[in-house]
Amino acid sequence: MASNGIRDRVAIVGMGCTPFGEHWDKGADTLLIDAATDAFGSAGVSVDDIDAFWLGTYGSGISGLTLSRPLKLDYKPVSRLENMCATGSEAFRNACYAVASGAYDMAMAIGVEKLKDSGFSGLVSTRPVDDGTAASLTAPALFSLLSPAYAHKYGVDQAELKDVFTRIAWKNHHNGARNPRAQFRKEVAKEDIACSPIVAGPLGIFDCSGVSDGSAAAVVVRAEDAHRYCDNPLYVKALSFAAGPAAGPIDPGYDYTTFEEVVRSAADAYTQAGITDPRAEIAMAEVHDCFTPTELVLMEDLGFAERGSAWKEVLAGTFDLDGELAVNPDGGLKSFGHPIGASGLRMLFECWLQLRGEAPADRRVASLDRGRTLGLTHNLGGSPGECVSFVSVVGSQPSA
Amino acid sequence: MAVEAARLALRSAPPGTSPQALYVSTTSPPYLDKTNATAVHAALGLDPSTVAADLNGSVRSAVAALGLALDSAGGPVLVVASDVRTGLAGGADERDGGDGAVAFLVGPEASGLPVLAEPMAAASTTAEFLDRWRTPGQIASRVWEERFGEHAYVPLAEAAFTHALKDAGITADEIDVLVVTGTHSRAARRFLAVSGVRRDAVAPDLTPSVGNAGAAHPGLALADALDRAAPGQVVALVTLADGADVRVFRATDVVAGYAPASTVAEQIRSGRPGLSYAAFLTWRGQLVREPPRRPDPEAPAAPPSFRSEAWKLGFTGSRCTSCGTRHLPPNRVCVNCRVVDQMVPERLADVPATVATFTVDRLAYSLSPPVVAAVVDFDGGGRFRCELTDVDPEAVAIGDRVEMSFRRLYTAGGVHNYFWKARPVRAGRDEREERG
Repeated sequence: MASNGIRDRVAIVGMGCTPFGEHWDKGADTLLIDAATDAFGSAGVSVDDIDAFWLGTYGSGISGLTLSRPLKLDYKPVSRLENMCATGSEAFRNACYAVASGAYDMAMAIGVEKLKDSGFSGLVSTRPVDDGTAASLTAPALFSLLSPAYAHKYGVDQAELKDVFTRIAWKNHHNGARNPRAQFRKEVAKEDIACSPIVAGPLGIFDCSGVSDGSAAAVVVRAEDAHRYCDNPLYVKALSFAAGPAAGPIDPGYDYTTFEEVVRSAADAYTQAGITDPRAEIAMAEVHDCFTPTELVLMEDLGFAERGSAWKEVLAGTFDLDGELAVNPDGGLKSFGHPIGASGLRMLFECWLQLRGEAPADRRVASLDRGRTLGLTHNLGGSPGECVSFVSVVGSQPSA
Repeated sequence: MAVEAARLALRSAPPGTSPQALYVSTTSPPYLDKTNATAVHAALGLDPSTVAADLNGSVRSAVAALGLALDSAGGPVLVVASDVRTGLAGGADERDGGDGAVAFLVGPEASGLPVLAEPMAAASTTAEFLDRWRTPGQIASRVWEERFGEHAYVPLAEAAFTHALKDAGITADEIDVLVVTGTHSRAARRFLAVSGVRRDAVAPDLTPSVGNAGAAHPGLALADALDRAAPGQVVALVTLADGADVRVFRATDVVAGYAPASTVAEQIRSGRPGLSYAAFLTWRGQLVREPPRRPDPEAPAAPPSFRSEAWKLGFTGSRCTSCGTRHLPPNRVCVNCRVVDQMVPERLADVPATVATFTVDRLAYSLSPPVVAAVVDFDGGGRFRCELTDVDPEAVAIGDRVEMSFRRLYTAGGVHNYFWKARPVRAGRDEREERG
């Protein structure tokens, strides 16, 4: 078996999430304190109750001291993790395993990223010195490689595909406009999205997630202890992670219309969670909409749409708040920006609100009313053909 | 450009031709102290035992390099001249200069290579005077009054020419093609008028189409002449540069059946118009443009570049001997069958490829924004993601045919980052073959 999973053995009993945005007046320290304090309050615990911490940050600090210094932790274990854009989810995954193993009773997963201090457009990665041969394309350019390949493979007109991208951005901004924590809290007209200045390939500014600062945190305990802290915990159904061989850029067999890493990690997660028909069983999904073509392809890779059909499903509104399966009901990376270490936990935070009935009525996903109880979060780090993928499934009900 | 010219020369020679020496000449060396020919050597994938050296600094250096090769008794020598011609904005040198490169493979008949032209005679005159000069670090040359150079050069050329004709045992009217080049176009024209050769023997002047390519120009004009030469014709090259150098050749029967990888004329015809003056100045470092809000490019580090010399400069990947899969860059573990260390090096610099998908990156740093990039699949296997160059960003499509070209990606921290880009298949033998 690919993985045994820890279905229903760990539960989230508290979460915190800062507003995401341009926090000119807050550093990473401050954001961490904000998110941690929120999460402690949400779980009704104090910092002393947490036995161990997993901190996800891509580049806003190194080592556990990045967290222990601002929180003044008294000699607790703190691991600092990085796994590209899945960094926040990776912190959560490891904290869950620590609790499931029995090594600790209560753990915190916390992620932070302070992007706005750099002054650069888009994300900036720090690489080891090299021989200068890696094509230094920006992230939007790398993800835009999906567009001509998808159009070519499925015979979709480029202009029609641009409409699909616009529809994805429009939907996520529509959702984000209903979220006080989002960086962008305004609906954007489709014509404004479609005409936004081009960044790479067919992608305009509005096809790209923003650049923001933020932090989010979760407190996890063993499921049997959950009700000591929380009347309605979220149960961890599945945690999966896949790092691919990064073969896409060197293997002509890869066609730039899919992320195999996502296909594999989703299949693993569905097996762990006992899901056979994700589109029919999951209430909501928070997926890695770093760029609009990414969300399009993810709908197929996550099993929400048949191959080559997601573009039609997007146009039909299948993934809208009131659609069959709401995708990115909180507004996604599109509305939140992508403070790398925080994003995965921000996605979980929306599951925390939605599945426990705490999301405001104007962005509550319709499928909850049809008795669905499961939420999915997904992160992707890297670029088409060479990435890591994380999928989690959480639910408001323990399995029968 | 030196690499491009040398690749064309080697591709025009019989397969497996391996020069014993490589001389590279330019008046615009990318580096001082450090040899520049070594990068050309690496980009050509030449054997480490092939010596590579610069003969740099003046137009005459390039002529001397060709002469050294012609006069040496050893095996084939690859002689390359490449030049970037600079001048102040709006000036005559900017208007009249042209960048270019040329390469000759020179060797005795005994080396087994088909000989296109045999040397018949050579003569030189040398003089020291200020006609055109430039102090190191300057982008623009100084020139003395035009009529002075004519006064100094014409007698020098006449003396050398007379000497060479005598050595060759011919008269001026027996010359079938006369190429006169040099740093002083007025003097060159004047010498043509008094040389005594037949009017129809005067080779077409490349300067209206190419401009004066400096150190590359004498070779460029000679290559063009040899592209057109008929068997038995006598071709003379006269170069006016700090004296005069005359080389007289006789075209052999081989020229009749010779099909170079690309002729000079084909390359001139395949030039892309539309280069903006702003881009031209930017590439020459004469115009500093607003960079994107992105980190500055980083200089390649010496140790990783040293480790990957065959890849970075020679575009040599690896092929799995177990399943045949090609890898770019070379990998140790096969992406297909996963065996470890069953790889042999494989150079793909001369293998054409097809665009699998592409993008135009308007945010990335480039000397020539926007960056056009593509995933390209090589004929016979292997894939790489790289920049496209010499391409219209609006015209790229899946299925486009491309070939690799050696380029300077950028210069950072005093280091020139040389690597390969793909460009649409150009006019020449490959394109002729693609069209069938």
